[in-house]
Amino acid sequence: MAHAHFSTNHSKPLATLLVTAAVGVVGLVIVVPLASVFYEAFARGPGAWWAALAHDPDTRHAIWLSLTVAPVAVAINTVFGIAAAWLVARFRFPGRSLLISLFDVPFSVSPVVAGLALVLIFGRQGLLGPTLAWLDWKIIFSWPGLVLATTFVTLPLVVRELIPVMEAIGPEEEMAAVSLGASGWQVFTRVTLPNIRWALLHGIVLANARAMGEFGAVYVVSGHIAGVTDTMPLRVEKLFQEYRQPASMAVASVLAGLALVTLVAKVVIERRLEAEARDLEAARTLGDDQNTRQLEGAAA
Amino acid sequence: MIALADNSAFATGAARPAARITRRRHAAVLPGFGTSLAITSLVVLALIVFPLAVLILRAASLGPAGFLAAAWTPRARAAYAVSLSASLIAAAASSLLGLLVAWVLARVSFPGRRILDALVDVPLALPTAVAGLVYSALYVKKGWLGQWLVPLGIQGAYSYLGIVLVLVFVSLPFAIRVVQPVIESLDRDTEEAARILGASRLQTFLRVVLPAILPAVVTGFAMALARALGEYGSVVFISGNMPFKTEIAPVLIVARLEEFAYAEATTVAVLLLAMSLTLLVVVNTLQQRLVRNAQ
Repeated sequence: MAHAHFSTNHSKPLATLLVTAAVGVVGLVIVVPLASVFYEAFARGPGAWWAALAHDPDTRHAIWLSLTVAPVAVAINTVFGIAAAWLVARFRFPGRSLLISLFDVPFSVSPVVAGLALVLIFGRQGLLGPTLAWLDWKIIFSWPGLVLATTFVTLPLVVRELIPVMEAIGPEEEMAAVSLGASGWQVFTRVTLPNIRWALLHGIVLANARAMGEFGAVYVVSGHIAGVTDTMPLRVEKLFQEYRQPASMAVASVLAGLALVTLVAKVVIERRLEAEARDLEAARTLGDDQNTRQLEGAAA
Repeated sequence: MIALADNSAFATGAARPAARITRRRHAAVLPGFGTSLAITSLVVLALIVFPLAVLILRAASLGPAGFLAAAWTPRARAAYAVSLSASLIAAAASSLLGLLVAWVLARVSFPGRRILDALVDVPLALPTAVAGLVYSALYVKKGWLGQWLVPLGIQGAYSYLGIVLVLVFVSLPFAIRVVQPVIESLDRDTEEAARILGASRLQTFLRVVLPAILPAVVTGFAMALARALGEYGSVVFISGNMPFKTEIAPVLIVARLEEFAYAEATTVAVLLLAMSLTLLVVVNTLQQRLVRNAQ
């Protein structure tokens, strides 16, 4: 690292050098691997790519399973995220900061540890194992376990997007709505939701990407049974273990394509969020000016 | 966003008592306290507190001697060493490379800057299994990069180096995204003043810029480390998972679980959890300091 060259105004060759180095880092670490997923997946032509995806019943099942697990986990996250952000951004109560730190726990806990904890509760030898066996319910090695594990790892994503935005907007509009006689549901659908919609969408997009791609936690609770509990990322691993690299790359390319769509959506939504933050600030400044003028008028 | 809220008329000196009254009053006026508290506590208790408590109690039920016997086997010790050392190296590399990329994104304008900025988020959106698969394909002897590196004796796939490589991939965005806004918010006048007063570029960087961004760099490092320590999906593809050599702690947990050795899996998981939660506390403390410095 050329520390000696960092300064306020970079000379032209220095700027070029720094940009080249940064592009080199991102290129080598991120772009080359991303490009090679698509290259390897389509190396034998689009026909072979399609056949690897559509003509293997286990792969088809994995795609379908991912498409059913992720939306449920994202839906739970959305309800939780809105409720938790409303609670934390609009009310002060004992234990509030502890609760906020707990929201972040899934980010720092290894997904494998989370999966293991679920096995210790719901597994055959787990805490609730005998009860579940008596009820004939299956959670581990089954769809509910996949949903639980996926929900755990994605839990912070929606709430963390909403808290700062709700705090920035402030409670004034909602309080005005309440004082004008709006019900709780009306306040939510007509005032809060329109204000937070882009932040909410941002969180949902991120949570969906993570839910589709989760590996560690789902690996532990799924028992990775091909055609039964294998999601797309688990299918990638299974095919890799079976030395079926082209098929593995084909499934991986679908996930990578999804990641790219997510990133484009993220950039678009972030522009809207920035625009709304600017509007909010402009409105605040205007309001302050008016207040100042009124105060000055009163003083005179 | 946080700064924006604090710039509002509410938070300015004289208005503070009024703000407190407003807060207490809207707590009574705004609806939904009970409902949102019920939903939030249900999810947090059922999904976060209860599972982690069961994990810890299960490990504690072994007693101190039983815990040590299960958690401190030679194979487990080797796994902790691989996990810790590879994560530290990867987090350090991510912090250095991340500082470079963050600096360029924040300070230099060039065509394609927005694209580079968006690409930085790829590791957050790309499933780790895909990253592991493609990294192992790139660094094997026949791979795009391996064909040049393997003849030089650099084994990127199925090796310790491979673990570090994928951990850099997964942790790089954290190191960049924490530092970038802090560089953007730096007051350039101070740097210019230092230069005008005769400081060299190196002196300006070391005495003016570095102290200002160091807390952010350290926070980024801690976040990168936390991410790297827990990573499983990408490593399992590229490391070869050789016990005593390239087996990380999360891989050992899964291996023990598949042998139905619950005690060993649980104790290793509790040690890994303790490390993660310590890092979480460190990150939170550092971030609070960052926010305070920014104000």
